[in-house]
Amino acid sequence: MEIVYEYVKKRSEFGRPCNFSDRPADLHLDIQPDAELAACFFALDSRDVGMQCAADMSEHEVNTERIESESRGINHVEGGWPNNVNPQEIEHTMRFRKKVEKDENYIKAILKLGTQMEYSIKQNNTIDIYEEYFEEEQVEEEEMTDAKEQPAAKTINVFRDPNEVKRTASSLSWHPDGNHKLAVGYSCLEFQRAAKGMSFDSYIWDIENRNQPELTLKPVSPLVSLEYNPKDSHILLGGSYNGQIAYWDTRKGGQPVEMSAIEHSHRDPVYKVIWLQSKTGTDAFSTSTDGQVLWWDIRNMKEPTERLVLDPSKKENLENALTAVSLEFETTMPTKFMVGTEQGLVVACNRKAKTPAEKIVCTYSGHRGPIYALQRNPFFPKYFLTVADWTARIWSEDIRESSIMSTTFDMAYLMDGCWSPVRPSVFFTVKMDGTVDVWDFLFKQNNPTLSLKVCDEALCSVRVQSNGRLLACGSQLGTATLLEISPGLYTMQRNERALANEMFERETRREKILEARLREIRLKERSRLEQVKEEEVQDAEGEESPEELIARAEKEFFQIVEAEIMKWKKELDSIRPTEMD
Amino acid sequence: MQSDLIAEVEETLKRIQSQKGVQGIIIINAEGIPIKSTLDNSSTVQYAGLLHQLVMKTRSTVRDLDPQNDLTFLRVRSKKNEIMIAPDKDYFLIVIQNPSD
Repeated sequence: MEIVYEYVKKRSEFGRPCNFSDRPADLHLDIQPDAELAACFFALDSRDVGMQCAADMSEHEVNTERIESESRGINHVEGGWPNNVNPQEIEHTMRFRKKVEKDENYIKAILKLGTQMEYSIKQNNTIDIYEEYFEEEQVEEEEMTDAKEQPAAKTINVFRDPNEVKRTASSLSWHPDGNHKLAVGYSCLEFQRAAKGMSFDSYIWDIENRNQPELTLKPVSPLVSLEYNPKDSHILLGGSYNGQIAYWDTRKGGQPVEMSAIEHSHRDPVYKVIWLQSKTGTDAFSTSTDGQVLWWDIRNMKEPTERLVLDPSKKENLENALTAVSLEFETTMPTKFMVGTEQGLVVACNRKAKTPAEKIVCTYSGHRGPIYALQRNPFFPKYFLTVADWTARIWSEDIRESSIMSTTFDMAYLMDGCWSPVRPSVFFTVKMDGTVDVWDFLFKQNNPTLSLKVCDEALCSVRVQSNGRLLACGSQLGTATLLEISPGLYTMQRNERALANEMFERETRREKILEARLREIRLKERSRLEQVKEEEVQDAEGEESPEELIARAEKEFFQIVEAEIMKWKKELDSIRPTEMD
Repeated sequence: MQSDLIAEVEETLKRIQSQKGVQGIIIINAEGIPIKSTLDNSSTVQYAGLLHQLVMKTRSTVRDLDPQNDLTFLRVRSKKNEIMIAPDKDYFLIVIQNPSD
């Protein structure tokens, strides 16, 4: 059925002035209910409808607009001079000034102001009117408020990877002086997951400007590690994914100044490069998972100056070598260095050894996974921090069997860590669930003093600035976040050095005692076993076959488990009757 | 008569300059043009430009808070020295002193 309404307007009424007036409603159409249609429907008596007595909410996402800011300079020119005086002409200005000096107002004003000024000057010279009367009390108050302050950290700036395909920010390096710049090396560390269009660039960011990197470094292959030269702040050394080392000069732009020859470089990604202390300031060494540690002089990149194969059996066999993931070097101890391996061992080496066999001094075992970070305590170089698997451990150089202190096993895998350069007992770690932990061993040992969730993806690298206040962490999606930590965490407390030293020594002593005890027990066991073996030989029983050994082990295991279950049941039973009471 | 007064002005300025710790004197007019100065040209221009704005702001602040009030003297104490500004209707007298304590 067609519903048509004809609207009629006379031609003569077009263009007439409008007459706004009330008029009664005009019924145009009236459709009555159709009884036949009603027969097609029937009424439902009751219905079940779920209701919730809560306010209706809707979710919205808002993103603040990114403001791109640019720094510009302004050229100032002298102004204020009246029209007829040209400020460039000395003659004009002199004449103007002389004229003013003859003005009566000027004379009166200066005389008056002069007396006023003299009074103040003399006042300054007699006593210090700004003297602080109760300075010590103020300082004490400050210290007290600091102690009550909650440790906190806040994000200052976030630098995102400007490329479409996001890569991991695998290494960070602060500019050695001034601390205004952060070099971030980007690469894709997952095996063969690098996307086709992935850019190889790494960036140097100025911490004030988060929109655009200050300089783009263009290597041949993505950079896995990147370090500023502590002596010359224009030079950076990068270790790349294909095993080559390259160095850049920021004055010369983004292309590497020189790259190492590919035949003599590493065969796996270069996980760590460190600059060495030398007169020329051009020495560095690098390590990678191919099991080698190579020394380079950047002036001649065709060949490494020295090579060391991390073979624990000391035969220089590359196949047996331990694969290295981190490297450590302290400038106060230039002959020693340490390598952290994927197998969970820390290898301490001596650079000055005559034969390659003597280079490897000792190994420290105890970790269950690759050692991602290795650093000596800047205040007490005898103790070093390793970050691997789910714990961070502190070791003493003398004790090889185990660490002297360890954090509890975390839920997430630890990816990187570093000491605070201003406080001997504070260090930072980052985890795969995107949190940064700040540990203060003098304050709390079981939990981190501060745990902050920075982002949802894994955090892969962390570096503290040399003044201890700013912390940069890099994530898997290429975001580098800059955090500022609260003053309580970067000001040294009174006698902190002495306390930290005491604590480390105490833990070392404890470990030594434990080690001695363990050795005793082992000796006893061994002597007992020998006795038992003699008796067995007398009994002339054949050796147990492997299957029987396995069966025996299984039986013993189940026995122990059942004994434990019985013990727990008994405990539970003993608790329940008391509950009923 | 006038020449006497001019001589007196010169004497006042010399007296101020000879006080202990005084590093420099600048006289600027209401538009911020330095009339007389004992410092070198670039410093004078810098001081004149910056302090002129400061005095204007300070004066307007004082008068905003209380319209009957007016700025009589301004002292800026910093770590290294003290800048004292005596404002008048048309001219400002600025003295930079190093308090020697």
